[in-house]
Amino acid sequence: MDSALIPEGAKRCPFPVFALGLAAVGVVVLWGVYAMGLCWFKGLNQTNMNDYYGFALWIWADLAVIAIGGGAFFTGLLRYVFGIDELKNIVNLTVVIGFICYSSALLILAIDIGQPLRGWFIFWHANVHSMLTEVAFCLSLYFSVLTIEFIPLILENRQVDKVPFFHNLGHNMHGVMAIFAATGAFLSCFHQGSLGGVAGVMYGRPFAYREGFLVWPWTFFLFTWSAAAYGPCFTLTVLKMFEKITKKKLVKDNVVHLLAKISGWMITTYIIAKIIDTIYWATVTAPSQGFKFMDFYSNNSFYGVWILVLEIAVCGIVPAVLLTKKSFRENPKLLLTAIILGTIGVCLNRWVMVLQIMAVPVMSFDTWALYIPSWQEVATTVLPVAYGVILIALAYRYLPVFPQERELNAD
Amino acid sequence: MLPFCFEWAWDGGHILFFGGMWYTIAILGAGMTYCVAKTIVDTMAGKGSHH
Repeated sequence: MDSALIPEGAKRCPFPVFALGLAAVGVVVLWGVYAMGLCWFKGLNQTNMNDYYGFALWIWADLAVIAIGGGAFFTGLLRYVFGIDELKNIVNLTVVIGFICYSSALLILAIDIGQPLRGWFIFWHANVHSMLTEVAFCLSLYFSVLTIEFIPLILENRQVDKVPFFHNLGHNMHGVMAIFAATGAFLSCFHQGSLGGVAGVMYGRPFAYREGFLVWPWTFFLFTWSAAAYGPCFTLTVLKMFEKITKKKLVKDNVVHLLAKISGWMITTYIIAKIIDTIYWATVTAPSQGFKFMDFYSNNSFYGVWILVLEIAVCGIVPAVLLTKKSFRENPKLLLTAIILGTIGVCLNRWVMVLQIMAVPVMSFDTWALYIPSWQEVATTVLPVAYGVILIALAYRYLPVFPQERELNAD
Repeated sequence: MLPFCFEWAWDGGHILFFGGMWYTIAILGAGMTYCVAKTIVDTMAGKGSHH
């Protein structure tokens, strides 16, 4: 039915099967859209946020998708600016993932501000003393960059490419992609960092507060570094999911191992910095504000030291070791373990830096604010995932996302 | 006050934020303008017509 649109030489499932799959995920999208409509029309009383606990579950999702979408800017930087040519075989996937992640982040913010019709206020009435204003500027602009990076892939569709204008436009955009990739990396460094900076400057919340360099707390640098380090882990996880579902090899091992190795060394340097930061915070920063380390991990039913161990040791040190040692990363099972742990690790870090800091009591008369999200929050958090599945499925079916697919599946 | 920012003020914060924003928009705009213009010239010269 749609065979004329499918990349030449590529095999795809029959259209009815594909449509059925889309419809199944579409039901989840509709559930999320309904919840989003409730939040817009009835207001944020649909959530379990209150004046004391102002960050919903979706804000964690927002920061998490931005972090795991970091693979797009980092891989683009490596491919187009540093000229690592092998990565051309996986950079399309990172662009699609980045586009999905950042469009999801903007969607989440549109829900979070409650009145999306006033979204433009952040530009018109810009608070130039706010790191979140910088985040909003950079997110909007970086989404434009990702859209520009996505266009050439769309123009490579078998039918679209037949039109000379579109063929030439795609070719010419490839020619100047280094400029767009460098711009994207510049924007990403600042908005990833500022998201961490928001937590680090909150001197009224000793769990989050950090010293730093000039106006930037250490969390600024840790967030940027972690997004660049762990983003490729998510890219590789999605690739492995694709290969499992399609039962095909889509990218050659040398490309996967190269990206895994780079990610491994980035995680190693990041996790060393994170450990130093944590030790300094636990022994100097927090005590100077009247808190003991265990104050942040006791007297509640959920947050214990386990979350710190899980984030730093299990999801930080373990993937760093597995990805840096050649024999480990070339073992398919260990590679899969490492990239999944890495993805979980960065999401867990964002959870801690968004939700745990709101839960930790600050005043002596405070208690832990353990919050359970409403179903509307859960539905709107699942919505971007379902939307992402649909978009990436469409991209895989109709666009040459994996340049090596034909060669690797010639039979 | 400028038409594209209601509360514009000539201070470091506004110049830094909006300077960065317009600088980025200028790069993206110039890049895309170059691509589209070159594409029009290429297409009129018959490039890509074999596809």
